[in-house]
Amino acid sequence: MTKLSLKVPGRGFVIGLPYTWLVVFFLLPFLILLYISFVDMGNDISPFKPIWDSSTGLLTLKYENYWTIFRSDDGSGGLFQTIYIEAYVRSLLYALATAVLCLLIGYPFSYFVARSKPSVRPALLMMVMLPFWTSFLLRVYAWKGILADQGVINQVLMSLGLVDEPIQMLYTNVSMLVGMTYVYLPFMVLPLYANLVKMDFRLLEAAYDLGTSPLKAFWLVTVPLSKAGIIAGFMLVFIPCVGEFVIPSLLGGPENIMIGRVVWDEMFTSNNWPRASALAVVMIGLIVIPLAVYYHYTGDAAEPRH
Amino acid sequence: MAEQDSRQDYLVTEELVKRFDEALAVDEVNLSIKQGEIFALLGSSGCGKSTLLRMLAGFEKPTSGRILLSGRDVANLAPYERPFNMMFQSYALFPHLDIWENVAFGLKREGLPSADIKQRVGEMLDLVQLGPYARRKPHQLSGGQQQRVALARSLAKRPKVLLLDEPLGALDKKLREQTQFELVNIVEKVGVTCVMVTHDQEEAMTMAGRIAVMSKGRVLQVGSPQEVYEYPGSRFVADFIGSVNLLDGKLSVDETDHCAALTAIGEVHVGHSISGTLGMPVAVAVRPEKVSIGKKAPQGLSHNLFNGRVKEIAYFGSYNTYIVVTPQGYRMKITEPNGSHLDLLDITWEDDVFFWWDDTDALVLRD
Repeated sequence: MTKLSLKVPGRGFVIGLPYTWLVVFFLLPFLILLYISFVDMGNDISPFKPIWDSSTGLLTLKYENYWTIFRSDDGSGGLFQTIYIEAYVRSLLYALATAVLCLLIGYPFSYFVARSKPSVRPALLMMVMLPFWTSFLLRVYAWKGILADQGVINQVLMSLGLVDEPIQMLYTNVSMLVGMTYVYLPFMVLPLYANLVKMDFRLLEAAYDLGTSPLKAFWLVTVPLSKAGIIAGFMLVFIPCVGEFVIPSLLGGPENIMIGRVVWDEMFTSNNWPRASALAVVMIGLIVIPLAVYYHYTGDAAEPRH
Repeated sequence: MAEQDSRQDYLVTEELVKRFDEALAVDEVNLSIKQGEIFALLGSSGCGKSTLLRMLAGFEKPTSGRILLSGRDVANLAPYERPFNMMFQSYALFPHLDIWENVAFGLKREGLPSADIKQRVGEMLDLVQLGPYARRKPHQLSGGQQQRVALARSLAKRPKVLLLDEPLGALDKKLREQTQFELVNIVEKVGVTCVMVTHDQEEAMTMAGRIAVMSKGRVLQVGSPQEVYEYPGSRFVADFIGSVNLLDGKLSVDETDHCAALTAIGEVHVGHSISGTLGMPVAVAVRPEKVSIGKKAPQGLSHNLFNGRVKEIAYFGSYNTYIVVTPQGYRMKITEPNGSHLDLLDITWEDDVFFWWDDTDALVLRD
């Protein structure tokens, strides 16, 4: 940053500010995390122990913090058969399911908004944004009220005589997915809408003209052209969902522990900061490495559209 | 151009009407287009020509009326059900597909065997000379190349009718002139019936066999380029196609072979009859290039000889345009080919001049 040659005064400042922010509050904490993940804490209270012995000049990295993620300590289970791997897989699957649900709900909605009259679009988009005006926690708690055994849905079902006793909905996978889909839907809708609203409707006419039925034209023209929006929305939902902690702990069941919860437990229950850090580093790797590879080999998302 | 009777009335619109809410976009249009001809819908923006074309393509449903293709009503067929293909003004090439796939798009929907598709796409790309560009994406091509891809794509399915929406509208002037001949050559080689929409009269006249001049949703006149230019049927058509001097007046003489009108600059004689009533309002139309100008009056002219003062001279290279103001204040526009006679060299601003024309070079119009 400091080497940047500047012609416009203030440019370095404007560009530098967010970078500084990211370095101080993202890169630095990440490096600390990485550091802690290699610390041998032993029976100490503090995880901030040196890993560099200045007298001998030896660097001691405790790789075990990582090995235990993949192979259990006591040798009872095989490779990759640990609760951590289970939690990772579960988190990735639930994040994937949430992203798919958001896409299935969000795509028709975004399409509908983008195709509606320009005068009503702000109102429709506002409906998507409106929930952001109330507290996130409040909204998740509201779902508790809806899904609980004595909640709105069960009471309606029972008063209609459709069921005799309440259906267990809260603290299940379903309630967790409902909550996550609900909270993350706007993150799918907004990039999709931004993409779809730019689409040239004449391209669809051209497709019809060339003998394509509307449904076929949607698959052959609209969907491929909105690929960038789909990917953006998918990432915006998938990535935070993998590490989601609040919604699973408020709405999810006790048997399905997500990785966010595992990290939390290691940190505050077991007080094993190095392992918690190692878990977090692996999670970042799980998300960032495939993404980096994907963008490197396609680079399609930024393709110009005319 | 097809002249045989069997090819007449290939594409017909009957009392075609399109109404958007309260606005009448297309008003009782009756057209009859021959097989294999290039037919132009000409008019300024908002005249209904694009709506008419979109009804032919199937993007708009007519409010009433019929569209007949070889006698069969296609007005209610969806765009993907009718054998019409359109070349869009914006080209509407699929940006996510390469040139080859763009041209193959319609063929794949027909479910043709891939060998046939391959062959047909190859033919089409050769036709528009874009073979080497098959694997490029549309945005990597120039405007002229994109236009040719659009043409190849719309011809690939061998449509019965090719619709061209402002085919040269997106090209710059130089490229346009070159492209319009190329386009006509390709269309004639393929032999497809072609309906084009344009606001550019030059484009319509060079490309089309027949032109329909439209205004306010109505077709005012249909004819060959020569017919609409030389014999405009109404004041609007005379004024719209090319440049014209319109002299308003009242009919003063009406014989079988000639008539005359009393206009602001005096009595004007016209070499055809109008079969009207004396005193009715008429307009005499004279093209600027039919009018001669000189410092001396020619001998032996008994009428259609007037005088005025040169107020403006515009030099256009191949011809000059003069604005001559008569004593009555009428501004007469006169164009002369450059160097047509020596006398012209002397004419300059504020000169008093004579101008005249042949009886047969003017036209008298009702309304």
